[in-house]
Amino acid sequence: MDEQALAIPSLPVVRAPSGYYTDAWRRLRRNHTAMIGLAVVGAFAVLAAGAPLLNLPDPITQDLGARMLSPSRLHWLGTDDLGRDLLSRIIYGGRVSLTVGIVSVGIALAVGTVLGLLGGYYGGWAESVTMRVMDVMLAFPATLLAIFIVGIRGPGLNNAMLAIGVINIPIFARIVRGSVLRARQEDYVEAARALGSSHVRIIGRHILPNSLAPVIVQTTLGVGSAVLEAAGLSFLGLGAQAPTPEWGAMLTNTREYLRDAPWAATFPGIAILLTVVACNLLGDGLRDALDPRLRK
Amino acid sequence: MILNHRMRRLAIPIAVLAVGLLLAPTSSVGAPMSSWDAKACGRIGGTLVFAQAQEAVTLDAHDAVDGFSVNNTSNVFDTLVRFKVDSTAVEPSLAESWTVSPDGLVWTFKLRSGVRFHDGTPFNAEAVKFNYDRQVDAKNPYHTGTFEYAEFTFQNVKSVEAVDPMTVRFTLSARFAPFLTNMAMFSTGIASPTAIQKYGKDFFKNPVGTGPFKFVEWVEKDHATYEANRDYWAGRPCLDRLIIRGIPDNTVRLLEMERGTVQMMDQVNPPDYDRIRNNKDLVLFTGPGLNTGYIAMNTQNPPFNDRRVRQAVSHAVNKAALVQAFYGGVGQPAKNPMPPTIWGYADGVQDYAYDTSAAKKLLAEAGFPNGLDTELWWPNRARPYLTQPQKIAEALQQQLAQAGIRAKLVTYEWGTYLQKTRSAEHPMAILGWIGDNGDPDNFLYVLLDKDNAQLGKASNVAFYKSDSVHRLLIEAQQVSDQAARTKLYTQAQELIHRDAPWVPLVHAARVGAYRNQVENFLLHPLQIWWLHRVWIK
Amino acid sequence: MGWYVGRRLIEILPVFFGVILIVFAISHLTPGDPVLIALGEHATPAAVDKLRAQLQLNDPLPVQFVKYLGRVLRGDLGRSIQNSEQVTVLLAKRFPATIELTLGAMLIASVIGVLTGVVAATRQNSWFDGMSMFVALFGFSMPIFWLGIMLILLFAWYLGWFPISGRLDYTLELSRVTNLYLLDALISGNWQALGNALRHLVLPAVTLSSVPLAIIARMTRSSLLEVLRQDYVRTARAKGLAEQRVVSRHALKNAFIPVVTVIGLNVGSLLGGAILTETIFAWPGVGRLVVDSIFARDYPIVQGAVLVIAILFVLINLLVDLSYAYLDPRIRYG
Repeated sequence: MDEQALAIPSLPVVRAPSGYYTDAWRRLRRNHTAMIGLAVVGAFAVLAAGAPLLNLPDPITQDLGARMLSPSRLHWLGTDDLGRDLLSRIIYGGRVSLTVGIVSVGIALAVGTVLGLLGGYYGGWAESVTMRVMDVMLAFPATLLAIFIVGIRGPGLNNAMLAIGVINIPIFARIVRGSVLRARQEDYVEAARALGSSHVRIIGRHILPNSLAPVIVQTTLGVGSAVLEAAGLSFLGLGAQAPTPEWGAMLTNTREYLRDAPWAATFPGIAILLTVVACNLLGDGLRDALDPRLRK
Repeated sequence: MILNHRMRRLAIPIAVLAVGLLLAPTSSVGAPMSSWDAKACGRIGGTLVFAQAQEAVTLDAHDAVDGFSVNNTSNVFDTLVRFKVDSTAVEPSLAESWTVSPDGLVWTFKLRSGVRFHDGTPFNAEAVKFNYDRQVDAKNPYHTGTFEYAEFTFQNVKSVEAVDPMTVRFTLSARFAPFLTNMAMFSTGIASPTAIQKYGKDFFKNPVGTGPFKFVEWVEKDHATYEANRDYWAGRPCLDRLIIRGIPDNTVRLLEMERGTVQMMDQVNPPDYDRIRNNKDLVLFTGPGLNTGYIAMNTQNPPFNDRRVRQAVSHAVNKAALVQAFYGGVGQPAKNPMPPTIWGYADGVQDYAYDTSAAKKLLAEAGFPNGLDTELWWPNRARPYLTQPQKIAEALQQQLAQAGIRAKLVTYEWGTYLQKTRSAEHPMAILGWIGDNGDPDNFLYVLLDKDNAQLGKASNVAFYKSDSVHRLLIEAQQVSDQAARTKLYTQAQELIHRDAPWVPLVHAARVGAYRNQVENFLLHPLQIWWLHRVWIK
Repeated sequence: MGWYVGRRLIEILPVFFGVILIVFAISHLTPGDPVLIALGEHATPAAVDKLRAQLQLNDPLPVQFVKYLGRVLRGDLGRSIQNSEQVTVLLAKRFPATIELTLGAMLIASVIGVLTGVVAATRQNSWFDGMSMFVALFGFSMPIFWLGIMLILLFAWYLGWFPISGRLDYTLELSRVTNLYLLDALISGNWQALGNALRHLVLPAVTLSSVPLAIIARMTRSSLLEVLRQDYVRTARAKGLAEQRVVSRHALKNAFIPVVTVIGLNVGSLLGGAILTETIFAWPGVGRLVVDSIFARDYPIVQGAVLVIAILFVLINLLVDLSYAYLDPRIRYG
């Protein structure tokens, strides 16, 4: 396998001229679907962040007398099987699910970028080892590896985030290494080397900025897929633990009432769906915006 | 995981009753008229599909430990004696009669003649001895499994001899009242020696017994198919074919039954009880369960080493609400560690009232005027006594919080959970117990005696070490008079109630569901699905 | 080419070793005692000791690992802790179910995905283009277990078009030779079983195909769009070739390179998705086997299954790499 073997089409290395990101943002703004994606993700994020200000019913306190009420003026999205307001749980759930997405991608991003940079830049022994380790990790179906990791450390949100982060490391490592490999060949890096710039300086000033575009795209897409992965772990009982409102766990726990209280088993699913769709729309938009070659 | 290894004393009267059967005349066809055989088949033939929440792990009765495997093996293998149709008393099965020597050490079984295994091998005393040797002797060439139960079921058995082809003698090294009931346990099912020799390590997927159903095929993790043993000694089963499937998803299992592709299912999700009751094609079977779900507080560590704190927790829990919300209303709130269906139940005990202010007051007395922070552990696996573990844990967390006990919910997957609770790593843990034989000892001694509170392997996970309770329980093991034992067990339960090492939560009902074309089904109190008397309209 | 294949195979060996090491380490460092799980709430100390000795769990870990490695090299993956079944036998029985499901899903995903992608690319910015890409995105973004349950409720329970769960009706007889039921039914000419097995396969395969279908459709579309902009395609067009011919003769083959890569890569994610799908549909495959065994701490099964999955996955990716050579003659290996 080489860096081509990624689901993400490789992006050209563009030397970042000043105004590159301003241009990209201008292109992004003209992309309607991407802006819809941004708006949806933004809305969930704002709701999640501002949840305590919204005067919502407590998302955790149960009311066994109000179980599985259908949507009404009092409970806009109805209640779940423990009598908790679904709207409130979905908004608070957004805090949890988005946190999972961001933290796990953050882990993958940080570790993956470092490994990719080191492997790609130094080449030779460092590269062989890093990439062999990545190969080994990629030899596992990601879900399986995540189950393993959560298995070692015990079920729970923190471990789920860690596991999802770990399984995403190779993706970032490969993207970054790919860009670095290409950048290393570029004249300006050769020039910087010839001028005796330190490795750190070359990496920091020349190579890292040029790897940024694909990394930004993958980060956006990664948040979406991390939300999905977390839902899958919750389905297996390994993700968020009760009574934490995480969308996947909510969906799993109410799935058995799909025929009795369809709203309870539908709205959390819709929340996941919307978030992942939005992340993808935004990610696609970013890819187009950051890659002038694809301009129509 | 249905039976237990620690059963010390069995209800003596059961043994006495069984011995009394010696004198009872047997019916003309050779099979005793028992409740099992009382009703004739309304129709012979047809296929029944029974869907369980999990598939069998093994079809070797000697090696089975989980209920899903046991539901398979119990329809293929017979034991020397068997449990009655609706109780934990025993009656003749492969043994027609038996005697016990006055010192209680020598048990002589007279075997039923003319019985053949499914492969044609005749059943006789040598076969019984062969089965015993296989399980107990680790050097036996056919000792091909772990046989965890053998050590328990045959404890105190010194030797087994075939006296003549139809007589087998068990000699015990010490008087041991549970011996006879043990011979009814699923793990002592008698398998064909020829088949064991033929299949060796693969016997677990080629089971051959004398039971009502003959093994046809096993597609692991999917289904096992059985066909009627037309020569069954107690009369052929009503069905032609029996198929036992595994469908892990609760909803999907029920959908299959609604569609009629499955006729019977176990582990009904309580929220679905009403859906089944309201469906004229379906029947919900419920009966009292031989189990207790409980919260064990770690009595060795603060804050639960203070009895007042434990009593406060007891006052903080609203059991009735739990039963209503999570057991479909068919369980029974528990006040004692053992269910009321067992003799010796201390009905005089007055349960701690659900009273948040009483709880707060006790906490304040114990030095926690502002409440306390702790952890409530819950097992992440549905059990018969814990139908919806996560939801029950969430509800308990909230009830406790109202009394100022702020408990964080903690869970581990099943194996880790058992390991950690046995090692006393928990402050409070939700656990449960399914009875094995209907003896109070099976609950009280196993779960609350200081003998069983050894770190790392405790079954007494409250680590409750009361000397007075210990004295009562040991004395109850050694006397044989049931009235005397009842008195001792009642006293023990009163002490346990006062010390409150547990909050007994619920005695869950035993529940099953089937399509209304299924007739003559009764779920045995041990929650084993014996299906040979079931017929299909 | 032969030399290249050989080199790639040798390169794979350390990967395999790494896989074995990781699987072994993870399963043995995991808390949760397999012995306790096997024995349940009722384990006695004596029974625990006996089982532990039987399973050789008393050796130090490195010793256990070396012994394990030796056995693996001899093709012996051990026996299940729960019922002493040989892991190789178990896998031989269970893998076919997953292979059938995965191939079914891959077939649906490839055929529908590629067709959708080609049509969408050739009619870029059309109504079909927008709609199909939007639907694909939805399929990609849905939690797979949610999708599965809803498909069951709608198509199996409410409409009754398909069976709810399982691989075959229990009233049907089928001689199981390969355990690929479709193949078994074909071999024995059992048309009724073939139809029945196919009907059982539809819903789980559709569920499992949702993610790769979306990826393949999008990848085909974007890859084809890119190729259509290339010089040689312009040349072909300039020569006056019909657009359809341009696409099918010249553009498609090159556009397939990334598509094939995606198909190969998704075998891994399919096996992951199969864990969830198999649980919902009571499909007796290897995904469920792995999860059940993880929960039961049945080390030999977990190790064996994951090992075989990983080997398959690596080999499939090797095949993918090699197929580049066929699809793009410009790529030469040496």
